[in-house]
Amino acid sequence: MSTAFEKSARTRWLALSPTYLIIGIFMMIPLCIMIGISFMEQNVYGGVHPNVSFAAYQQILFETDFDENLVFDPSYLVIIGRSLLLAGIATVVTVLVGFPVAYYIARQNERRRNLLIFLVTLPFWTNMLIRIFAWLLILGRGGVIDAPLRFLGVLDADGSLGLLYSPGAVVLGLTYTYLPLMVLPIYASLEKLDFRLVEAAADLYSNKWGAIRHVVIPLTGPGIAAGAILVFIPCMGDFITVDMLGGAKNLMLGTLVQFQFSTARNWPFGSAVAAILLIFVICNMLLYARFTRAERQRSGS
Amino acid sequence: MIKTVKTGAIAAVMGLMSSAAFAEELHLYNWTDYTSPELLEKFEAETGIKVVVDTYDSNETLLAKLQTGATGYDVVFPSQHFVEIMVKEDLLQKIDIKGMSNYANVVEKFQNPPWDPTQEYSVPWHWGSASVQYRSDLYDGKVESLKEFFEPSDQVNGRLQVFKSADEVFTLASLYLDVPFCTEDPQDAKRILELLKGQKESVLLYSSESMTDRLANGEVVMASAWNGDTMKGRLDANENIVYAFPKEGVVGWFDSIVVPKGASNVEAAKKFLNFMMAPENIAINANFARYATAITGAEDHFEADMVGAPELATPTVPVVFAEACSDKGQKLIEKVWTQLLK
Amino acid sequence: MSAPRKTKAKGAGNVAHFKSLYVLVGFFYAFLYFPIIVLVAYSFNTGTRAMVWKGFGIDWYVKVFTNGAILDAAKNSLLVGLIATILATTIATAGALALARGGAFRGKGVSMGVMTLPLIVPEIVTAVATLMFFSAIGLNLGLGNLIIAHTVFCIPFAFMPIRARLEGMDTYMEQAACDLYATEWQAFRYITLPMMMPGIIAGATLSFVISLDDFIISLMVSSAGTTTLPVYIYSMIRNGISPEVNAISTVLFGVSLALVTIYWIASKPRK
Repeated sequence: MSTAFEKSARTRWLALSPTYLIIGIFMMIPLCIMIGISFMEQNVYGGVHPNVSFAAYQQILFETDFDENLVFDPSYLVIIGRSLLLAGIATVVTVLVGFPVAYYIARQNERRRNLLIFLVTLPFWTNMLIRIFAWLLILGRGGVIDAPLRFLGVLDADGSLGLLYSPGAVVLGLTYTYLPLMVLPIYASLEKLDFRLVEAAADLYSNKWGAIRHVVIPLTGPGIAAGAILVFIPCMGDFITVDMLGGAKNLMLGTLVQFQFSTARNWPFGSAVAAILLIFVICNMLLYARFTRAERQRSGS
Repeated sequence: MIKTVKTGAIAAVMGLMSSAAFAEELHLYNWTDYTSPELLEKFEAETGIKVVVDTYDSNETLLAKLQTGATGYDVVFPSQHFVEIMVKEDLLQKIDIKGMSNYANVVEKFQNPPWDPTQEYSVPWHWGSASVQYRSDLYDGKVESLKEFFEPSDQVNGRLQVFKSADEVFTLASLYLDVPFCTEDPQDAKRILELLKGQKESVLLYSSESMTDRLANGEVVMASAWNGDTMKGRLDANENIVYAFPKEGVVGWFDSIVVPKGASNVEAAKKFLNFMMAPENIAINANFARYATAITGAEDHFEADMVGAPELATPTVPVVFAEACSDKGQKLIEKVWTQLLK
Repeated sequence: MSAPRKTKAKGAGNVAHFKSLYVLVGFFYAFLYFPIIVLVAYSFNTGTRAMVWKGFGIDWYVKVFTNGAILDAAKNSLLVGLIATILATTIATAGALALARGGAFRGKGVSMGVMTLPLIVPEIVTAVATLMFFSAIGLNLGLGNLIIAHTVFCIPFAFMPIRARLEGMDTYMEQAACDLYATEWQAFRYITLPMMMPGIIAGATLSFVISLDDFIISLMVSSAGTTTLPVYIYSMIRNGISPEVNAISTVLFGVSLALVTIYWIASKPRK
């Protein structure tokens, strides 16, 4: 049998219409405004002059140096690369931590399951800024981690592990901030898993890891993919965690765009960077969609 | 049961009435903890106008919101160069400030300031300076020159906090290198970039918040500073925090009270502007925010620890107020900052 | 996170279950709650600085409950979060059903893209562009503006877990129901919806915490009288962040903890 959504295009589009209405009006139009801005001239006092200009896109690759020559400048490419790398690492870490946790939770009885899931999101009822402050207190000089080490004599009286304001601290902060976004989707897809299947597979592959690899992970693929999208993209745009735990010593995509809209007051350039980011992510998602379709067809035949 | 419903209904009606007791509302838009609750209560009692405070995080946000057409705010509090920009961008209302009864209280040297030369838009709020602060027990020098900040000694290595805002760092560096503010000469910008790159080796973090917290914890020994913030830190967190007046000078900032276009209650805003030029009123806020005022006689109402505070002393070194940069100057700041942090 | 589960769930044996997993899960929750403990501890700091400990006291709680501005901000945040979550979850549920249950149809890829669009555009850009749009059309609904903006960016966060849940979920239960003369609506109401529930709950919870934490979009889109809690807190940056933030955060945390506890007790199976 097929569902009502499959049979009737009308039902399908009816169900999708609120999405198109809300996002179509309140996201698409602002997006068009953004793309429009990226092709305009910067008003140095903020905002834009309504003249067509490609300066913003040119600026991504070329820069007038201090001797007023137009030269190729890889700075922004470096920044984009750095953001991709850090967001990628944070995503991998959240999968590695999030998957086993979601798996464990999904194996509990219903009552405990619900409790454990709520406990995952509970810390996020507090404010983000102050959660980061807590990390500053934990990782900081003479903080919660340094103090016992000083007491034990591992560090001298004024010594510090110097954990803060480093790429490591940023990854930790991103992992902390975005973990629920990984755990919940994975849990939602694991929870429906029939664990008898896993048991059968364990017999087949003669060990549990084989069962996990060949049965559980493929069946929870959509959950992992959903989690990865929810973690990776916001990580790329994050600027608060990145700045506060990384010490703002290096620009990232998020901080770069933020900087253009605040201090630099260069809206066209900020919009252009955002547009590039948008195209990049869309291309990736299209590739992903094509890849999974091909995969499905292969396994289907 | 019925009784509870009755009491509830009465309470609800009374609640409605009490909010109706204020016929008018005045919407302030300011930083958090920059307007004293006591001050607002006094204003409400005197005028019968209810004050609602909304908050923003930076001058840039304020500017962007006014430019994109956010309305409903009656009174906002931008810094001097932003007043200049807002006037240029035609975002502010002209007000007859000179005709107000309390105008005569404004300190003469702050009348007709460069950012509002005819004083048609702005009433003084607070002013102060940006410079360097350090822990006198952890650092041997006295920061007599900005050299100690920009070319720090080993003692400061890895324990230095610098403002996160490009403007402020650039201005302070200009002061040290004796380059004009908002320089349009790329070679000047290049020198500033080299200076900042050298300083970066010693920088623990770029951040404009919790500067005195980190000094008090010993996480940093030297940091960028705003004078009032240093004072609060010295009083509340650690008495060894010292605000420096280096010989090259300090960068002044001056926050004003202005009325944006699109304000919904201009009459109430005018009352507030006049109210704030009375020394006893601005002093309430000075005691709360711990910043200096530009109103004659406000000092007479200062709390004990405000009187003679070293941070609020009139500097003997030059105080140079930052201004709104030209297109070219602004571009150079942006470029230096991006190159520094790429 | 005590001993590994009692083998009750779904009739699985011990095979699919990893004995040492609870150690990892223990570490996970410790990692999650460690900063919260520090945060709560510092809410009892009597000093005025968020990062400098002075002494123990409840001064900041007294301050919070007498500070109309912060309470209003918290109220705004909860209200916006709640309404936006309900709207976003409803929209996302309908959308997810169409996309996960609609088979392969023309426009599926595009619809997926539309669903996730709010995620891809950097917040500051959305914030500025949305504000421009709102003021261009003269939309001035106070909190309503914020609710619309929040609903938009909450949709993908609600959508993702729901779709992940639906993806590959069998339809033979509904089929069986229909064979037993249940109407399509009944099959949906009594079979599909309960089966989707874990996904819907996951999506709604994510939306809510995302909305509660949002700063940039709220900062830009808010109008006079609609300051939310994150906006209030970030605006402290200029004049120093005080333990007041820890206190209000602890209060919110306590409220949610109380809700969870009530739920936990209420859901206790009767013997």
